[in-house]
Amino acid sequence: MRRLLTRFTAFYGSNPLHLLGTIAAWALAGYVVTLLGPHALWNTKVWWQSIAVWFLAAIVAHDLVLFPLYALADRSATSALAAVRGRTKGPPPRVSPLNYVRLPTLAAGLSLLLFFPGIIQQGQSSYVAATGQNQQPFFGRWLLIVGALYGLSALAYAARLAVSGHRSARRPIEPSVKPAASTLD
Amino acid sequence: MTPPSPEPQPSRESAEADRRDDSRSTDAADEAVYGCPPPVWRALERHRPPGIGLLQRWRSPLRGPWLTSVFGSVLLVGLPVVILTGLLSYIAYGPQFDQAIPADVGWLKLPTFDWPSRPSWLYRLTQGLHVGLGLIIIPVVLAKLWSVIPRLFAWPPLRSIAQLVERLSLLMLVGGILFELATGVLNIQYDYIFGFSFYTAHYFGAWVLIAGFVIHVLIKLPKMITGLRSLSIRSVLRTSRAETRPEPPDVDGLVAADPAPPTVSRRGALALVGGGALFVAVLTAGQTLGGFTRRAALLLPRGRTRGDGPNDFEVNRTAAAAAITPAETGTKWRLIITQQGKSGRMLLDRAALEAMPQHTAELPIACVEGWSTTQTWSGVRLCDLAALAGMSTPARATVRSLERLGGFNHAVLQANQVGNPDALLALRVNGVDLSMDHGYPARVIVPALPGVHNTKWVRSIEFGQP
Repeated sequence: MRRLLTRFTAFYGSNPLHLLGTIAAWALAGYVVTLLGPHALWNTKVWWQSIAVWFLAAIVAHDLVLFPLYALADRSATSALAAVRGRTKGPPPRVSPLNYVRLPTLAAGLSLLLFFPGIIQQGQSSYVAATGQNQQPFFGRWLLIVGALYGLSALAYAARLAVSGHRSARRPIEPSVKPAASTLD
Repeated sequence: MTPPSPEPQPSRESAEADRRDDSRSTDAADEAVYGCPPPVWRALERHRPPGIGLLQRWRSPLRGPWLTSVFGSVLLVGLPVVILTGLLSYIAYGPQFDQAIPADVGWLKLPTFDWPSRPSWLYRLTQGLHVGLGLIIIPVVLAKLWSVIPRLFAWPPLRSIAQLVERLSLLMLVGGILFELATGVLNIQYDYIFGFSFYTAHYFGAWVLIAGFVIHVLIKLPKMITGLRSLSIRSVLRTSRAETRPEPPDVDGLVAADPAPPTVSRRGALALVGGGALFVAVLTAGQTLGGFTRRAALLLPRGRTRGDGPNDFEVNRTAAAAAITPAETGTKWRLIITQQGKSGRMLLDRAALEAMPQHTAELPIACVEGWSTTQTWSGVRLCDLAALAGMSTPARATVRSLERLGGFNHAVLQANQVGNPDALLALRVNGVDLSMDHGYPARVIVPALPGVHNTKWVRSIEFGQP
């Protein structure tokens, strides 16, 4: 029995439970698909308004669009910052501004990702029918939130600079901060 | 992935891995063993697509089994709550009366029971949790996907049949969670750009997610526990950015081979993701909690105020959208009360209803979109209307609206819902007549009932036998 198990594991690449569980999961997903039926999965008139398309597009949109975009943006920001620092004469800043740019950018991006329908006024007619109101205020509100995020971050950065300036004035020279590098990719 | 090679042994010292300077001489991936047939997997490894090297230049020194396990354990707690409350909502809609959507779900539902009408905030709680927590975990889901993204571009992608089977099952998990989040986020903002039925898609999508989630947890749980033990949270919380070191190389290749110097400490990354969740919570909780917190839901439809008047609370479907005309709701309006299977009917005008004993109750309306609002409603008890019709304990009541079109122009109420002393045919709210948008001349309000089943502009009520 044990030899059989070892041989199975060597052949398959994992224990039998792994196979049984995965088959069970796929069977459940297959049952879902049969319940839905081809008509619900695939819209013959407008292909992109299909459940099947949205399911796969969700993966592509995250893994091959959203992730590469934010990773690229982060890498660009870090290298741009390093390039600017390389050109400026004098000592490097005592505190890297990188995270004070990242934080509000991520928060602004997250709020846009979650609430873009209101911000770009998409689906106005169903919105009005459901609520009796319109989506007009959301873009302005989002801009205010973005402004507050970057403003607060700027204040925090200024405070941090002041504190570290105060410290370094009291202490002998600290080793300079390492050049910033990306962690978002 | 679960290659058959032995897992790196967790040791007591690994708690200090954060500070340890690894020699990084062993490439863990080299130790991996191939399943059958080995020549196929070896050939796959040799045939690297051009440019794959560029895609493998992962630089973050934070990625590793520990960080992934932390995000995974948060989702292991959060996702079941979101899934279960969602499945409960299906039962709250009353599948025994064929009014849960989608109607035919085969075996795919929890055992059906009569949805309770006590406490009155039950649906407000379950659906508020479903939507609120579903939104709050989005930053954690994104962080979790970020932490494992090197696996997507790993080469060779497969070393055994087991890995093939498992990677395919990730389609269910990743597709399921992203599909559910995307459709949910759009639906709570009334953006139906997807074109298909939200209820159908969100319900069946949930079962694909459940399939993918359960198998993923079963396969990865040991790895998650090992990962969590590899660093102590205390040492992580004590470690500054300058002292942050990469995790030791792992068999899955999450840890970067050539990591950049850290720009954020591990505790900073946790704070970033936690802060993101908190940020979403602040921007959404107000639509469920109401009161002064509602104003904080700045970007959500139900975070807006309408004014200070007694009828100035959130509307769900306006009278104009439902095509209700003043002629139908004016002096000619009569409430029709019937008994199932009997021909006689009773007509009551508003004056007759106002002459009946009035009852006042403070009850929330909670919608499937997660928002809710609590108001003070007055009107006739549904059980009094049933008694008037000659049925002291009806088994059900079918309420129909003046609205002709629209999927929710009628609703069937269970015995416990009709019999609840706070279940009303409301005529007034907050001391004044209902406004047209809130269902004048009369609307149903039942404790803990999904909002949309509290039928507005009521035309008739039919009380049914068991």
